[in-house]
Amino acid sequence: MEKVGLERHTSKQFDADLEDVRELVLAMGGLVEQQIADAVRSLITGEGGLGEEVVRGDREVNRMELEIDEQCTRILARRAPQAGDLRLIIAVAKTITDLERIGDEAEKIGRMATQLASYDRPKSAFRQIEMLGRHVREMLRDALDAFARLDSEAAVRVSQADAEVDREYEGVVRQCITYMMEDPRTIRHMLDVLWAVKALERIGDHATNIGEYVVYFVEGKDVRHIGLEAMEKEVANSSRRRKQSE
Amino acid sequence: MERTWVKHSTKMSVRDLSVWYGEKQALHGVSMDVAENEVTALIGPSGCGKSTFLRCLNRMNDLVQGVRIEGEVDFDGENVYAPHVDVVELRSHIGMVFQKPNPFPKSIYDNIAYAPKILGKVRRRTEMDDLVEGSLKRAGLWEEVKDRLQMPGLALSGGQQQRLCIARAIAVSPSVLLMDEPCSALDPVATATVEQLIDELKENYTIVIVTHNLQQAARVAGYTAFFHLGNIVEFSDTDSMFTHPREKRTEDYITGRYG
Repeated sequence: MEKVGLERHTSKQFDADLEDVRELVLAMGGLVEQQIADAVRSLITGEGGLGEEVVRGDREVNRMELEIDEQCTRILARRAPQAGDLRLIIAVAKTITDLERIGDEAEKIGRMATQLASYDRPKSAFRQIEMLGRHVREMLRDALDAFARLDSEAAVRVSQADAEVDREYEGVVRQCITYMMEDPRTIRHMLDVLWAVKALERIGDHATNIGEYVVYFVEGKDVRHIGLEAMEKEVANSSRRRKQSE
Repeated sequence: MERTWVKHSTKMSVRDLSVWYGEKQALHGVSMDVAENEVTALIGPSGCGKSTFLRCLNRMNDLVQGVRIEGEVDFDGENVYAPHVDVVELRSHIGMVFQKPNPFPKSIYDNIAYAPKILGKVRRRTEMDDLVEGSLKRAGLWEEVKDRLQMPGLALSGGQQQRLCIARAIAVSPSVLLMDEPCSALDPVATATVEQLIDELKENYTIVIVTHNLQQAARVAGYTAFFHLGNIVEFSDTDSMFTHPREKRTEDYITGRYG
């Protein structure tokens, strides 16, 4: 199959419509990425005000989801897109659902951060959380980059990174359990911390989903629920076929 | 071109078909299978050879001056271009419906009865009545015209006329129906009715349809072939064609990037 592009429709307005929707997704992605960054920072540093800002910021994320959804519906109704164009719209509609969920997870972390603001935090556990937060944010950025550059191989790397994030998550959970066993008075706070950590792990899953939509859009292959190894194989095969025909 | 073998049994099989109109070559050795009891759509820009291809299936191109045809068109295992084939007989097996509804300037009844009478297939009046009723029923027109069978066919609406032509085509019990843009002169409601009819007809007939309306191909066809410059660029099941075509030229055409 041929590499998909967005331009060169006989109808220039169609080109513009698709470009608009694509830019909106990237803008929404950028906003969500910032939400994660702020949420994690407020959790690590205990800046309660920042956590509240994240909670408020989620409203804009929700608004963008609705706007892009409406654009997709309009394009489906008016243009009846086919092939690569159709896959783009389907991928966008799914991507923004995951972005909105990521926004909700960031909001959750922001809320926990506000609750934990005055609490004395154990250094080493929070260093690990900071690292986990940085990694899931990178996953999201890579997934969005893959979407922007129509790069299915980069999308596969997002899935690969998720395995590492899951391991880090397990590590943080173990450490939190250790604290709780050492000092039962920390249990209440540590449970809040665990909620926030779980939210980060979920963000990694959503970023992985977005990578899978990129593969569907670019290669026309549905790689959900088939496992990482099968996904790697599918993408290697179809991008080889595509390059041969170029 | 990557071959797609049809998953259904093959009703017609075209091998290395080339067609020239005088000096101009319209088809360049194309091959394709037509699946039995399925709808196969032929799409492509104007002048790509899809109508030429369709018309070769029941030898309608024989009538064109200066035409030269090479290759094989097998119908139930027999080449329709073999010397002993009776073309009139052939066309009773492979019927055709045209772009513009073209009823005979006769009554609704006689439009259906004409060909069976000429071919001597039906002699008794009651038998003919049954055939007219059955054909109109299968074309989904019976309820609308049963009280006015002696009215001129041309007095019907465009969509009804087209269904009358379909009824006329199936009155001689063909097994294949060729349709050359059967809905291009119809409004959306009549188009939907004809498409619904096509859906019902495929149970008993093999249908090949040429259409400029890509959405129509996507709606009615099980298989789709994309023609370009006298070649078949891609032939596959319709779902694949419209969600992930293999060829860049197909993608460009169906997404509106042609030219």
